[in-house]
Amino acid sequence: MLCDICGKNPATVHLTEIIDEQMNELHLCEDCARHKSAAMEQQFGLSDLLAGMADFEKPSSDKEEEPVTIKCPACGLTYADFKKIGRLGCGECFNAFRKYLAPLLKRIHGSNQHVGKNPAKAKITLKPNKKKSGLQELKDQLQKAIQQEAFEEAARLRDQIKKMSSQQDSA
Amino acid sequence: MQINDLINHTSEWLKGTGPNSDIVISSRIRLARNLNKFPFPHWASKAQLNEVLEKTRQAMGKVDVLSKATLFILADLDSIDKQFLVERHLMSIEHTQKTEQKAVLVNDEENIAVMINEEDHLRIQLMQSGFNLFEAWEIINGIDDALAKLLDYAYLDDFGYLTACPTNTGTGMRGSVMLHLPALVMSRQIERVLAAIAKLSFTTRGLYGEGTQASGNFFQISNQVSLGHSETEIIENINGLIRQIIEQETQAREIMLTKSKEILEDRINRSLGILKSARIITSQETIELLSMVRLGSDLGMIKDIDRRTINELFIITQPAHLQKLENVKLSSDQRDLKRAELIRKKLNLMGA
Repeated sequence: MLCDICGKNPATVHLTEIIDEQMNELHLCEDCARHKSAAMEQQFGLSDLLAGMADFEKPSSDKEEEPVTIKCPACGLTYADFKKIGRLGCGECFNAFRKYLAPLLKRIHGSNQHVGKNPAKAKITLKPNKKKSGLQELKDQLQKAIQQEAFEEAARLRDQIKKMSSQQDSA
Repeated sequence: MQINDLINHTSEWLKGTGPNSDIVISSRIRLARNLNKFPFPHWASKAQLNEVLEKTRQAMGKVDVLSKATLFILADLDSIDKQFLVERHLMSIEHTQKTEQKAVLVNDEENIAVMINEEDHLRIQLMQSGFNLFEAWEIINGIDDALAKLLDYAYLDDFGYLTACPTNTGTGMRGSVMLHLPALVMSRQIERVLAAIAKLSFTTRGLYGEGTQASGNFFQISNQVSLGHSETEIIENINGLIRQIIEQETQAREIMLTKSKEILEDRINRSLGILKSARIITSQETIELLSMVRLGSDLGMIKDIDRRTINELFIITQPAHLQKLENVKLSSDQRDLKRAELIRKKLNLMGA
């Protein structure tokens, strides 16, 4: 499918516009979408745009898990809420929606790996660096444990990860 | 410090000094920070917001540079006072809405402002006069380190600082530079420059940040990407871009000076003439004419009015400032009269 605006590049962004209760489907290439989104940002505000972007992240073939029903265990915000308001509910949402947020962040920033400063008291966290393969294995196990609500196992894995990361950091 | 003490005071970042201050008005860095275990402001209960306000207020009281700053509780301010703080670039327009449990901390120099319970729990801002992002970063980095020792920030090693809006996640940093680009606008090159900026994933905004339009030849340029690059990398990227824009504006000014000096001189002096004699003037016209006068001052065509006075006029001719100065509520028509009067007084005093 070619872009509706320039008619030259392949359409990779799909938008639904509603003007005067008339629904309008737009299929755009990245360049035209960027121009369009700049205009839309002024019209609708960023949250709508973001909510739209979050929508694109839904893996269309993957029907087993409908992301909108996922709920952050800490603050109760659902992924559907996030899609609607374009704002996360709390820090823990980033863990709860990790699977969908990681690609969204990559789309927004071109990366989903932080490389800047970290707070002196930063909590040792679940997913430090992709390169640390032993760690990665442990983290995957931890994710699974959390999903299965095996919290004792999760705590054990967390401590193990904590120990391993601090050893790597001091190395 | 009381809010009324600010009126007769010039913000540190308006002094019109610092590197490249003929083109760069100010450099600003803001950091978005949230407290661990507390919902972000839009999702938090009143009690939770109060707790955030209390915790952050206590922490800031223990940080050297912030301990003497003044905390304004927004619910205690009337609408003119709130607008007044926006006009001084001490807080966002968003911060004037639904003001319960919101506050802003401002230091005497007005170069540090911390918004509490805006979109994120903390929005720490540092403003510098001229082209000076690295200096701004050094100061704000120190403040952030001190606060991190006292507060438990929401942070993950892979995603960085966690923010309500994913566009700020990572460093939580936005660096912005306010530019005055009259020659690029007059020579119709600005569109090309702005298009290039957007392609490099930087944003251009107006005088008051998000959601405002560029006006009177002023453009605020900032980074869009906050994740995947370190703070210093982001600043270096902005600096590289700003240096190029400065160079283009300088060239455009030089070309105008050689090719159409008389026309330029005419426009600049007409602008000054109107400002010195008008009896009724809108904010929009004021910004446009002051922009020309500022260019005249930068090019040495206007010698008896300094940059600081011009910068000050941009601020004090705004609606809430006029009403604070007059100490009464003024209609838009009344403001246009008072604005013209104030400008005449300031400029004729200088030129006399």
